Amino acid sequence: MAKVLMKGNEALGEAAVRAGCRFFFGYPITPQSELPHYLAKRLPEVGGVFLQAESEVAAINMVYGASGAGARVMTSSSSPGISLKMEGISYMAGAELPCVIVNMQRGGPGLGGIQPGQADYFQAVKGGGHGDYRLLVLAPASIQEMVDLMGKAFELADKYRNPVMILGDGILGQMMEPVEFPEMLDPASLPDKPYATTGAREREPRIVNSLFLDPVELEEHNLKLKEKYDHMVAEETRAESYFTEDSEIVLVAYGSSARVAKAAVDQARAQGIKAGLFRPITLFPFPKHQIQEACQNAKQVLTVEMSLGQMVEDVRYNLEFRIPVHFYGRVGGMVPTTRAVFDEIKRLVDGEVD
Amino acid sequence: MITVFERPKSLTPAKTHYCPGCTHGIIHRLVAEVIDELDVREDTIGIAPVGCSVLAYNYFNLDMQEAAHGRAPAVATGIKRVHPDKVVFTYQGDGDLAAIGTAEIIHAAARGEKITTIFVNNAIYGMTGGQMAPTTLVGQEATTAPSGRNAETQGYPVRMSEILATIQGTAYIARVSVHNPQEVAKAKKAIKKAFQIQLERKGFALVEVLSTCPTNWGLTPLAAMKWLQENMIPYYPLGVQKTPEEVEV
Repeated sequence: MAKVLMKGNEALGEAAVRAGCRFFFGYPITPQSELPHYLAKRLPEVGGVFLQAESEVAAINMVYGASGAGARVMTSSSSPGISLKMEGISYMAGAELPCVIVNMQRGGPGLGGIQPGQADYFQAVKGGGHGDYRLLVLAPASIQEMVDLMGKAFELADKYRNPVMILGDGILGQMMEPVEFPEMLDPASLPDKPYATTGAREREPRIVNSLFLDPVELEEHNLKLKEKYDHMVAEETRAESYFTEDSEIVLVAYGSSARVAKAAVDQARAQGIKAGLFRPITLFPFPKHQIQEACQNAKQVLTVEMSLGQMVEDVRYNLEFRIPVHFYGRVGGMVPTTRAVFDEIKRLVDGEVD
Repeated sequence: MITVFERPKSLTPAKTHYCPGCTHGIIHRLVAEVIDELDVREDTIGIAPVGCSVLAYNYFNLDMQEAAHGRAPAVATGIKRVHPDKVVFTYQGDGDLAAIGTAEIIHAAARGEKITTIFVNNAIYGMTGGQMAPTTLVGQEATTAPSGRNAETQGYPVRMSEILATIQGTAYIARVSVHNPQEVAKAKKAIKKAFQIQLERKGFALVEVLSTCPTNWGLTPLAAMKWLQENMIPYYPLGVQKTPEEVEV
C-alpha cells in the first residue's frame, strides 16, 4: 500500500480501525481531539460505534462494558482526562478486561497547559489508579510507529487480558508524517472471548467482576495478576538502540524527546563524540536487559524527558546504579532543543559535571 | 404433582446476604420472574451496582457485569452498543444512581439508551452503614445526619423519576412500591413494561422501587413497611411518570 501523509491523531484512528477496533468511547480534550473526530466519521463506515460520552469517567466505564461484552474497544484522552479515567482503568485491570487507551500527554499538573509533555510517566507506568496492577505501556516516536504499535497494542491487550496504554504526547498527536497502513483485520476473524457476557445461551452464566470479599481469594487474584505482569516483563520488552555499541555516553529518551535526542547524538557523532541513544518502546515492562547491553561501554548516561525527571528513576534502577545517570528535562509544554541536549552531552563528556 | 411455586430460572439457588425484612429479595424475584416470562434469560446481561446489591451477580442466573459505584448505566451503554439485540438492565440503589452516578443515569436517559434500569430507593446508604443518601427525607435520621436531615445545611431529597421523566430520551418512567402484596403486583407489571419497552426499542426505561431498610432505619420489618407507606410515599408519589404514548405526542 502507498504511503499517505497524515496527522498522528488521525493515523492512530485509522490504525485502530485496521486492527479490528469497532468501538470508541471518549470525551473531547486537547491535544487528542482529531482522533475522536476521525473515528466519528470513520467507525460508522465500517459498521462500528463512536460515542461521545458525558465524561471521561463514563467513557472508560463504557469501554469496560464493551470489553466485557467481548469487543475490541478503545478510548483516548490527554493528561487531565486520563486522571479521570484511572478509576475505570483499575477496574479493568482487576476484572482482566482488554482495551487500548491513548494518552496524548500535555503539561501538568492540574489543568496544566495544552502543549506537549511527558509528565504522566509515573501515572502510566507505576499505577495511577488504586491497587496492585500494571498497564502495558507503549511509547511510539513516529507516526508510522504509532500505527504499527496500535495493532500490537490490541494483540497484547487480548493476549494478557489487560489494558494497554499508548503513551504519546502532543507533538506526536499533532504532527504529520508519511505513513503506511497494514491490511484491514476483520474483527469477525478474532477468536471468541471465553469471558464475554453475551447472554448465557446454553451455558453457565459469566460474571465480569473485580470484587473479591474474601481476602484469601483476593490475594490469590492479585498473585495471578502478578504472574501475568511477570510474563510481560519476561516476554514483551521492546527498545531501539542507536549507535550504542561503542558509546561513551548513552542518551535515554522515549517518544518525541527521543527524536530530539537522536538529532543531538548525530551532532555529537559529527564532532567525534561517541554518543548513542537508547529508546525504550515499552515503558512497562521496562527493557532492562536491552538497556544494560546498550550501556555496557558507557561511562555515563543522560536521560532526556519532557518532565522534571520520571523515567530517569527507572533508568537508574534498571542500570542497577552502576553508571552515573544524568538528567535533562523541559516541562510545561516546553520542548528540549537539539542544541540544548547537544550542549549537555558536550558538558558531560568534557567533564564539567556538577 | 402440580408445581404451585418454584424459583424463577433467572435466579440462582444462592442464599442472599440481605438483612431480614429487606425488600431487595422481593425485587430480585420480580425482575427474575419478568425475565423468565419474557423468555429472554439467555439473551440478558445484567449490571450489578455498588451498594447493598453489589452481589446481585451471585443471585441472578444471568450473564452479569459488576460496575464501579454509579457507573452501571455507562457499563450498560458499552454492552448494549456491542450487543444491540440483547436485553441489558442495571440494578442500582439510591446512593449509586442518585448521588455518585447522577451524570451516568441522566446521560444514558438523554441518549435514549435502549436499556432498563431498576432503581431501588430506600432513602439511605445500607451497605456502608446508614449514611444520609440523596433520597433521605428531611428529618430522617442517618449516621451522617444524627439529628435528622436538616434542609438548611443538607438540602432536600432528590426525586429522580420526576427529573428523568423530563428528559426526551426516556420512554417509560414509573415509581412503585413493594410494601404490600397489591403494590408488589403493580411493581411487577411496571418492571415487565420496562423490559418490554426495551424489547420494542422505544428508549430508556426506568422503574423506581421504594424499598425498606429495617436495619439502618432502626425498625422492625413490619414497622419499616408502615414507615415507608406513611413517610416515603407522600414525598415520592407512586405511579407512572411517563409512558411511550407521551413520547409519541
